[in-house]
Amino acid sequence: MSGSMAGPVLEVDDLRVQLRTPRGTAHVVNGLSYTVGPGETVAVVGESGSGKSVSVLALLGLLPPRVATVTGRALLEGEDLLAMSPERLRQVRGPGAGMVFQDPMTSLNPVLTVGKQIVEGLRAHADVSKEAARRRAAELLAEVGLPDPEGALDRYPHELSGGMRQRVVIAIALSNSPSLLIADEATTALDVTVQAQIIDLVEKLQADHGTGVIWITHDLGVVAGIADRVLVMYGGRCVEDGTVDDVLERPAHPYTRGLLGSLPDLAAPVGPDGELPDLTTVPGLPPAPTDLPTGCVFWPRCPVRGDARCETEQPPLVVVPRGQKGHFGPELPHRAATWCGG
Amino acid sequence: MSNVLVSARGLEVHFPIGGGGLRRTPAGLLRAVDGVDLDIHRGETLGLVGESGCGKSTLGNALLKLVPSTGGTVTFDGTDITSLDRRGLKEMRRRAGMVFQDPFASLDPRRTVAQTIAEPLEVHGLHGGRRERAARVGELLELVGLDRSVAGRYPHEFSGGQRQRVGIARALAGEPDFLVCDEAIASLDVSVQAQVLNLLRRLQRRLGLTLLFISHDLSAVRHLSDRIAVMYLGRVVEIGPAAAVGSDPQMPYTQALLSAVPLPHPAMERERKRIVLRGDVPSPAAVPSGCRFRTRCPYAFEPCPTVDPALQPAGAAGQLAACHLHGVVGRPVDEETPQGIAPAAE
Amino acid sequence: MTAEPVPLRPVRPRWRETLGLLVRNKVALGAALVLLAIIVVAVFDRAFAPQSANAQDIADRLQAPSWSHPFGTDNLGRDILSRVIIGASVSLKVGFLSVGLALVVGTLLGLLAGYYGGWVDDVLMRLMDMLFAFPAVLLAIAILAIRGPGTSNTIIAIAVVYVPIFARVTRASVLGVREEVYVRASRSVGASDFRLLTRHVLPNAAPPIIVQTSVSLAFAVLAEAALSFLGLGTQPPNPSWGLMLAEGREFIGLAWWLAFFPGMAIVVTVLCFNLLGDGLRDVLDPRQRTLMAGGGR
Repeated sequence: MSGSMAGPVLEVDDLRVQLRTPRGTAHVVNGLSYTVGPGETVAVVGESGSGKSVSVLALLGLLPPRVATVTGRALLEGEDLLAMSPERLRQVRGPGAGMVFQDPMTSLNPVLTVGKQIVEGLRAHADVSKEAARRRAAELLAEVGLPDPEGALDRYPHELSGGMRQRVVIAIALSNSPSLLIADEATTALDVTVQAQIIDLVEKLQADHGTGVIWITHDLGVVAGIADRVLVMYGGRCVEDGTVDDVLERPAHPYTRGLLGSLPDLAAPVGPDGELPDLTTVPGLPPAPTDLPTGCVFWPRCPVRGDARCETEQPPLVVVPRGQKGHFGPELPHRAATWCGG
Repeated sequence: MSNVLVSARGLEVHFPIGGGGLRRTPAGLLRAVDGVDLDIHRGETLGLVGESGCGKSTLGNALLKLVPSTGGTVTFDGTDITSLDRRGLKEMRRRAGMVFQDPFASLDPRRTVAQTIAEPLEVHGLHGGRRERAARVGELLELVGLDRSVAGRYPHEFSGGQRQRVGIARALAGEPDFLVCDEAIASLDVSVQAQVLNLLRRLQRRLGLTLLFISHDLSAVRHLSDRIAVMYLGRVVEIGPAAAVGSDPQMPYTQALLSAVPLPHPAMERERKRIVLRGDVPSPAAVPSGCRFRTRCPYAFEPCPTVDPALQPAGAAGQLAACHLHGVVGRPVDEETPQGIAPAAE
Repeated sequence: MTAEPVPLRPVRPRWRETLGLLVRNKVALGAALVLLAIIVVAVFDRAFAPQSANAQDIADRLQAPSWSHPFGTDNLGRDILSRVIIGASVSLKVGFLSVGLALVVGTLLGLLAGYYGGWVDDVLMRLMDMLFAFPAVLLAIAILAIRGPGTSNTIIAIAVVYVPIFARVTRASVLGVREEVYVRASRSVGASDFRLLTRHVLPNAAPPIIVQTSVSLAFAVLAEAALSFLGLGTQPPNPSWGLMLAEGREFIGLAWWLAFFPGMAIVVTVLCFNLLGDGLRDVLDPRQRTLMAGGGR
């Protein structure tokens, strides 16, 4: 958990993504800016349709260019990902930024052995002999905690359990020691006990290699465990960001508060009647990206919406005033985009 | 009238696996549910938690005879449902409803919301005429928080949460006593999950339902349930009051499960010690002998491989746990009937 | 508690949506309109045909197309346009009846095999496999050889060839639908097998069967032509496109129009049935459906 002493690994500035759909242009990401420092974990939180996944797919050029328009700047160690040629982007994807998706089978080739796939990745980005690459592959599998790594090299993905497959994907993502790791709902499909194993693994690897991590999830519990900083997305915008303590313990945006309130909490105390209180919910549904409301994106569902300004003027991200300092390092700003002043 | 509405004794659901061809000799036996004893009390919400493959969903289906059981008994309001005739089964189906996981798959895409909700009424000849039925559908729509005007629309016009409400309305149409919710909130967004959880709780109280809430999400189960049953590899390994199981679990598996649940409190998360279990859940086709958790249990000791533990009182809050740490109670493993047939793949 | 009734029926019926989507598919719409025209002509053949099919005029034999005989005349001086029109009714009658028969029997067998599985499935599908193992035309020829040539036997022969195809398509579709959660959901509220089959399984398994019907109609028209061409189907002097093709073959160097016009009639009809089948495949596919429906909003 180091601060951003050396320059940031990733610097995203005013990222915008539009997708052409049969229902019209979808404004999926609307001006997203954030940085990821070395060894830092930034969690991007949101519900389906918030644009959280698309925003990282856009960074790595993984959206179909025929339907997607991506603008803005995204400097990976000083080099703009959005201005790169496709060849350069392919080179960068391995050693620069690794990616782990929700379903490990989407990133694994079912007809190749695990070993072949790791060796392939290693040899595509570095000039190493087959034998050396195989040795390195076994080391990587051992590092991600696969029992019998030598034997696992000759197995096919379907012979492994879901958790083991996700470990293999992480091994592949880390095989070229990237400076940035992007995990998109990487533990969502896993059982909680396996999820705990994977989170421990990522934290350990991150500490060892100083990798910056973008952790995309809808699960605020996971965020509390893994993130240094949190960015809450709604309607393609960042509506709140700050340290994990600020955002989860002192949420300033009504959406963040609603999200936290709708989470059943294992640690919640029972009420005086011996029962747990009802969950506070966010009424309604998130807006369709083809049909975003004007003004504050959250106003149609907002429980505390005030004057007409909510419906007409888009609130900027402003620093939330606060009493105490953060838990560590230099004070990081806690910001929220809302008119209702915390 | 007994206090117990639904009761399972030694319930087994085994599926033959592998072995294709004409002769159909199974290569092995998948023990999805393997000797479950469970009582569900009238008017309570029982939460059933466990990880994928533990058999919780199969158990829920077996209690409603939606999958055939291969051993043991299930009684519903005093009647053994494993030997029901056609008419008895139909009446049982009216009295017990089910809400399914995937709201996108559980509604027939070719039938309107109203036709879907009216199906139980038609099947059981309830609310006689067309007009009465249509009125009842409107009532049900309002009951689950939907607008009456949506009745004539097709499922694809709705969001996941709205579809799940339709699924709940269908399950409630026949005025059942018992409702099984099988991962009913798993495919919904967080804020929508909360809406459905609140709805279920409200309906349970208002209609006096007996609710079996099956989920992998321990937080949601704890929120909704009066009692919690924990399943591991086809068995109930711990059961007791929600508060007790949720805060003072007595079975090492429950302890590990509970410690792995992420909490949305950063400070708590930093201090928490997770119990990280070794390896993966064994395959239900190769269940370990004796205590089925022993291969991953940090406390496994000498009787665990040889005595199959029975549920016994454990802890101060009155829960039951199947664990030898609370005294070696159970059936010794019979050497002649090995538990696992095929060796483990891993 | 009193409550107002709500509409149980759809606000916007599904078939109207399907029709709307089909209308937007220009190729399929064109094919459907051409087929409609052919069917109308075939049904009212006597009204459309300028002459009777078998009116001979030896003086006018083998006339090239002209104003008085737009498609020319054959070796007996019969008007080919009239014979193509009246032949349409024969060809289409054989096509629709044989496919209809195969559709009913095949769908029923496939539904039972797919839904009940087990030994029902084994017995029925092995039977279908046996039928399927024969080359289609050979099987039809064998049946006609046993039962004797003629229109009604041709219908039976073609139907027998298509029963296994419909049975297989239906079974495959039913196998998929049977496992759908909504079928289990209906069972969970107490619906009987009959209700499940008729209200949920069959309607949802129908799209591939509908597409197969359209494509099979094309093949049935061709099969009738082939069998008549071989002298086993429609018997002279009654006209059918295949028979006319066979009769025209002898004069192909001398008078091309004898074979050309019935041949074209076959080509156009078969092509239209196939194009309509493709269009239906697109329209009935649920994924395509959402996309297309979305585009219209």
